[in-house]
Amino acid sequence: MKYAGLLVMPAGFFLTVAALVLFPDPQRRLAFVVCGLAVECLGLVVAVRGHIPARGASRP
Amino acid sequence: MNQIPPIAPLSGAAMSDAEVALALALLLIAPLAIAGVALVNAGLGRARSAAQGLLGSLAIAAVSAVVFALLGAALAGPPPNAGESTGFVFHAASKPWNWLGAGPFLLRGISSAAPHAQLALLFEFLAVALAAIVPWGSGADRWRLAAGCASAAVVAAILFPLVAHWVWGGGWLAALGVNFTLGAGFLDPGGAGAVHMLGGLSALAVVWIAGPRRGKFPKEGLSTAMPGHNASYVLFGCMIALVGWLAWNAAGAILWLRAPLTALPVAAINTLLSASGALVATLSITRFRFGKPDASLCANGWLAGLVASSACAAIVSPIASLFIGGVAGLFTPLLVELLELALSIDDPSGAITVHGAAGLWGLLAAGIFAPQPGQLVAQLVGIAALLGVMLPLVYLLFAILNRVVPFRVDPDGERVGMDLHELGGGAYPEFVIHRDESYR
Repeated sequence: MKYAGLLVMPAGFFLTVAALVLFPDPQRRLAFVVCGLAVECLGLVVAVRGHIPARGASRP
Repeated sequence: MNQIPPIAPLSGAAMSDAEVALALALLLIAPLAIAGVALVNAGLGRARSAAQGLLGSLAIAAVSAVVFALLGAALAGPPPNAGESTGFVFHAASKPWNWLGAGPFLLRGISSAAPHAQLALLFEFLAVALAAIVPWGSGADRWRLAAGCASAAVVAAILFPLVAHWVWGGGWLAALGVNFTLGAGFLDPGGAGAVHMLGGLSALAVVWIAGPRRGKFPKEGLSTAMPGHNASYVLFGCMIALVGWLAWNAAGAILWLRAPLTALPVAAINTLLSASGALVATLSITRFRFGKPDASLCANGWLAGLVASSACAAIVSPIASLFIGGVAGLFTPLLVELLELALSIDDPSGAITVHGAAGLWGLLAAGIFAPQPGQLVAQLVGIAALLGVMLPLVYLLFAILNRVVPFRVDPDGERVGMDLHELGGGAYPEFVIHRDESYR
């Protein structure tokens, strides 16, 4: 889970860069950049959930 | 506020003597920001790790400076208006994408470089030290000194130069204004992204890899409160940090925005207003939630306001700056609580919130409040690059490093404290140091 989340995050970044290249229209570009950030946030949430330690544990 | 023209590679006139003198003077004061953060980190840690914490900050600053001089400065590249080669460029969609600097190794030719290039290098030396020190506070009480220094070397050799080139070295983020008509390109004159967000993301990676302190999250009940050992250090560190930050933001405005000297007083006022708004907000919210203001959270709020101002002090109006600081001060105590109680993230210094989240908010706010059309998209692309590329990269590099130089001290070292275990002596030899059991 923790690695899957971290792997999703670069995918969101590439979506953002693709929006720059593919959409000259400012509104559509903004929408796709926001979508890219949303994908990154999804990856971050998955990574954070995967890293929550078991209660009582102090070492990963 | 005046509109900032797009930052174009290989453009710009030479700095005047007055600009050079003022920028140098400001950069000589800016290390106080690093001193303030180091003091805050030490104060928020335990008494039995205080000496190791402060020595670690010094050692990390030294290691990052050495490694940046040997390797990082070449990869960061010279500033775009220094009139030299700007880096490795590939072309896609008929646009140049400058992704890595190509400056001379071992600082060759720096003594004969233009004053702007020399000052930019000095700024980057300070920036890399601060970026490397930020995660040190998050790993307090369990992160070994050797591992902290090794991670500083990784930050100074690879991570910071990459971001610094993108943002300050005429890289693809700085050129978004020229290549895609997105405002002035990605704006981050004080290092909210290149320094603080990078530091905050590094802190998150360190906390994930090293794990929580022993006894922090017991099997039953809430997480154990492990308050900082010296509120005086923490609050005095905040005051020192303000002085450093005022100089830091003004120097950044001169170097990276080529702001006129007449714009610097407003940048300083904005820095102060952002920190003040943040402190008032945190003071109010902790007073409302807990019945009394919380000193350590207020310190975190103050620093979050300063971090947020790093992106936008030279760009937005004073009222916008007050609002930006106020928002930073509002979410700081809430996010610190969320990370600890809901997500079991043990971050003694709160660096993930204070530097990571507040840096992100500052970058976003610069896009919202800047007068240039398209600036918001440029800032969002920069945030996406930092979050989507740098966090996985930091995690990967630190996880590999953890195999070579284990981050976490052994259980016995954690029990006796980092000072005794790593240095052979404590910071307060005549004081009685609390045992773990005293927290429960």
